[in-house]
Amino acid sequence: MNTLSPAATAHPGLPRLWRDGRVRAIAVQLIALTVIFGTGAWMLGNVAANFAALDKTFGFSFLWRLPANYDINQTLIDYSNRDSHLRAALVGLLNTGLVSVVAIALATLMGFTVGTLRLSRNWLAARLAWLWVEFARNTPLLLLILLFHGVIVHFLPHPRRALGVGDALFLTNRGFYMPRPLFEAGSWTVVLVLALGLAAAWFLRRRATSRGGAFPWWAGAALVAVPVAAACIFAGAPVAFDIPVHRGFNFRGGIVLTPEFVALAAALAFFTSGFIAETVRAGILSVKTGQKEAARALGLSEFQTLRFVVLPQAMRAIVPPLTSEYLALVKNSSLAIAIGYMDLVATLGGVTLTQTGREMEAMFLVLAIYLGISLGISGAMNFYNRRIAMPLR
Amino acid sequence: MTGPEPAATARSRPPPDAPRGIGIWLRTNLFATPLDALVTLACAWLVWELASGLADWMIFDAVINASSRAECARIDDGACWAVVAARFDQFVYGFYPESERWRTHLAFLLVCVAAAPVLYDRLPARRVLLRLSLACPFIVGWLIHGGAFGLPAVETRLYGGFLLTLIIGVTCIAASLPIGIALALGRRSDLFAIRILSIAFIEFTRGVPLLALLFVASTMLNYFLPPGTGFDLLVRVLIVVSLFASAYVAEVVRGGLQTVPAGQVEAAQALGLSWFQTTRFVVLPQALRVALPGLVNVFIGVYKDTTLVVIIGLLDPLGISRAAASDPVWNGLSTELYLFVALFFFASCFAMSRYSMWLERRLGTERQAPPGPR
Amino acid sequence: MKTIIPILAAVLAAGTIVVSATAQGGTLDDVRKRGYLQCGTSTGLAGFSAPDDKGVWRGIDIDWCHALAAAVLGDRDKIKIKNLTGKTNYTSLRSGAIDILSRTATWTFSRDTDLQLTFVGTYFYDGQGFIVPADLGVKSAKELDGASVCATTGSTSELNVADFFRANNISYEPVPMESYTEARAAYLAKRCDAFSTDGSGLAVMRASMNDPSAHVILPEVISKEPLSLVVRQGDDQWADIARWTLNLVIAAEEMGITSRNVREMRDKATNPEIRRMLGADRLQGLESLGLGTDWAVNVIEQVGNYGEIYARNIGPGTPLNIERGLNRQWKDGGLIYSRPFR
Repeated sequence: MNTLSPAATAHPGLPRLWRDGRVRAIAVQLIALTVIFGTGAWMLGNVAANFAALDKTFGFSFLWRLPANYDINQTLIDYSNRDSHLRAALVGLLNTGLVSVVAIALATLMGFTVGTLRLSRNWLAARLAWLWVEFARNTPLLLLILLFHGVIVHFLPHPRRALGVGDALFLTNRGFYMPRPLFEAGSWTVVLVLALGLAAAWFLRRRATSRGGAFPWWAGAALVAVPVAAACIFAGAPVAFDIPVHRGFNFRGGIVLTPEFVALAAALAFFTSGFIAETVRAGILSVKTGQKEAARALGLSEFQTLRFVVLPQAMRAIVPPLTSEYLALVKNSSLAIAIGYMDLVATLGGVTLTQTGREMEAMFLVLAIYLGISLGISGAMNFYNRRIAMPLR
Repeated sequence: MTGPEPAATARSRPPPDAPRGIGIWLRTNLFATPLDALVTLACAWLVWELASGLADWMIFDAVINASSRAECARIDDGACWAVVAARFDQFVYGFYPESERWRTHLAFLLVCVAAAPVLYDRLPARRVLLRLSLACPFIVGWLIHGGAFGLPAVETRLYGGFLLTLIIGVTCIAASLPIGIALALGRRSDLFAIRILSIAFIEFTRGVPLLALLFVASTMLNYFLPPGTGFDLLVRVLIVVSLFASAYVAEVVRGGLQTVPAGQVEAAQALGLSWFQTTRFVVLPQALRVALPGLVNVFIGVYKDTTLVVIIGLLDPLGISRAAASDPVWNGLSTELYLFVALFFFASCFAMSRYSMWLERRLGTERQAPPGPR
Repeated sequence: MKTIIPILAAVLAAGTIVVSATAQGGTLDDVRKRGYLQCGTSTGLAGFSAPDDKGVWRGIDIDWCHALAAAVLGDRDKIKIKNLTGKTNYTSLRSGAIDILSRTATWTFSRDTDLQLTFVGTYFYDGQGFIVPADLGVKSAKELDGASVCATTGSTSELNVADFFRANNISYEPVPMESYTEARAAYLAKRCDAFSTDGSGLAVMRASMNDPSAHVILPEVISKEPLSLVVRQGDDQWADIARWTLNLVIAAEEMGITSRNVREMRDKATNPEIRRMLGADRLQGLESLGLGTDWAVNVIEQVGNYGEIYARNIGPGTPLNIERGLNRQWKDGGLIYSRPFR
């Protein structure tokens, strides 16, 4: 740490006790601790006084004792309004996870594409990528979310006049409906064959490339696809699809992506892709040009250079900021409450907090959960960083 | 090569001119390979379709003078900018009383004058102006809020629109800088207690979403104050957002502090400077020069995050948009309103990032891409 | 040295636990000291609390705050309005940011017992229902199986909708909305098939449509919604003041006292209860409430009696045009009933 060690001669005007740096150090720390703890104690005292005046108590038992009494429109697990608030909070947490994972996947895909395109030799493509990045980085996220949601709700048609794509996929302003695969009895064999095929292909590829040979991609694909197809036919096509059908007010059956989910995921992905694109561009530019020149000298094409030489080295510079972006995305998903997507903040910090009146407990839990997620992800990132630490060049 | 060059011909010549001209440029940048040409044509078609569609909707078929959505639809079928025109005053001032609006204009002017010496270092009489900048927050606060020395008070409930965005943005950016620098120094301190406290604060604040902290500010903060007292909601929001921003500022400044070589501190010690003098005159100037682009990134992020206050009930531009879109007269015109607000934010954020790039070039610490903490 | 610091810190922490012992002044004293009443109301509901085109907030909810300010401070205009969402209304009341919540709040068991609130009196007896577009062809709420239903979040509306659909064994898609205005926008964009809220809210919604006849309010009333005034728990004197101000206004209509004749009634009336109410005779308990003898005259003169307040804001003749119905005086067969001033 770059701070001074005590120097008795630095302050000739002070009384003798204070000239000792250690004394000053302890005094400063004591003062700081007194101030912080004193303020904290005062605030806790105020909380106690306020609670006493209101006959309010502090306790978490309401979470599992009281029924939630409200319904949630998008749940990954079974949930009914007679379940406890704890289960509602769990549903919210899973919803947060779902939208985060989907948005991370989309953002990474778009970010890498746009970031690489920004360095393209094609002037038009590079400019378009630049525009994408500028729009993504200069628009507030909440605005994007509300805009996308508004566009979906106001411009897509009513379910009765749904935009159908091939009679299986329907786009309406109540949601995007798609077929849901139903796994019947014989489907386990298909899944097993698929898994075995993938494992065999991976193993064979490793064997081939470690010996310096080639393993063409179509060989691997055939190795997987042919047995799976045979298994399907043999087991009698056990995977059926539940096609959404318009009955009454809405579509029944199939998987539904609500406009809130779609708007939130799309906005999060677009917003974060701007930052990821910049990170990717910085990472690629950090690879020494000598590497690219050597690759060209060896006769590798543009694409091969990128894939085998540049990107693997760039990844070391890309991954740490990338994980920060993912973390920021997970935290940004809390904006779901603005459009009515029931994530953790909307269930626990929203409806549960209002209906039970337990602000302290609910917000404490929300903050603790987010803090846990953040510390977990950044801890994992630090661990990963230390393992692959790039030696200073 | 054998033997030395004859002296008479050892004159270096400039390299031959590369071929230039619009045809060459097109060939290298747009049509270099068949794939390239395909990509160019596809992009060009995409751009043409999008641009013409958007231009039609936003400019050529748009309506500015109408008094309701139905009337807009009767005149033309493009964007109905009439809703923005009808609510423009609310967008800029919120519900600030008309007779007092001159105060906001004056305050804005003062802020620009105060910011100028901070942002640009070649101004004449910079030192004098900097002293003005220090007094500026109090003068501007008095101008906008009033309630003393002759100006009638304007309740914070009435602030809204871009006025509110600027109030929150400027205040929190200005307040978070000293707090953030203090936190960064505290994090690197030898004093154990200070270090632990700083790390705890920074990690906690960076680990939770801003929205959760705003909810705490709006629903719970009054419990921590003595019974019967309470802060205005806007003041609570300003405090919370400043503290939130200061944690991110602390991280960026910490990065800057790490680039200052240890030799600088040792030399300062050898010269007999105290810790305070070293930090103020030797370490911080160098650290902040490196940290500045990252800082501007943080500030742009904070500025965009001011839009979150709509969720806790303050009437920023998004709140005004929502209220306007729900008005029966303009029912459902949310797209035009949000696009207008997006334009405002895009313009200001773009200007800020251009400034950041200019600053980097100026300070000579240019890097390929500034590492923003977001 | 590094081990001393944590020990010192622990000692300090233990030694500086200070319980802030501030005397509970009571809301009445706080309001008088402050000079104005903090009135919590909604973000905009026509007839109940909404800004007019000059930006002044008007409505039946606002009038209750005016009445309380007139009773306590003598001037109906000494109020500061705070616009609260469904999320912040009770928390603001509990934390002391507002003195009274006048926001069409439904009086329920759990709110009264578990949320540190005290409900002081019902000013509007309402019920929850559904509004659907007429072209949906739906005649009863039980036909809404599989529909999408908008409701404001944090209110009793979403809980009642959940109960209704469960009780009738039909399913629906809940669409939570932050505020009435957003729910309305979503309903009109056909994001949801039906919108459910209190009957008065439905009337407001229907009246604000471009074509009111294109929307139908379904006949089912799925819950009782007694809209009441709320104060925070723990201050009985303040609760009494709020309760008896409401009673005063209701009793005034029952006895024929209006804002125009209140002074004359005080000077000339012979009915003992009227004389006690208006301060001509001594009313036992007024000192305990902390109010002056002119409190009643101030309230009725500056704000009016229940009938005047109703007619001015939501009655026949206003754009909302809500019939008195259950909200008639008890003598006319309704539920509005004042406790006696004795």
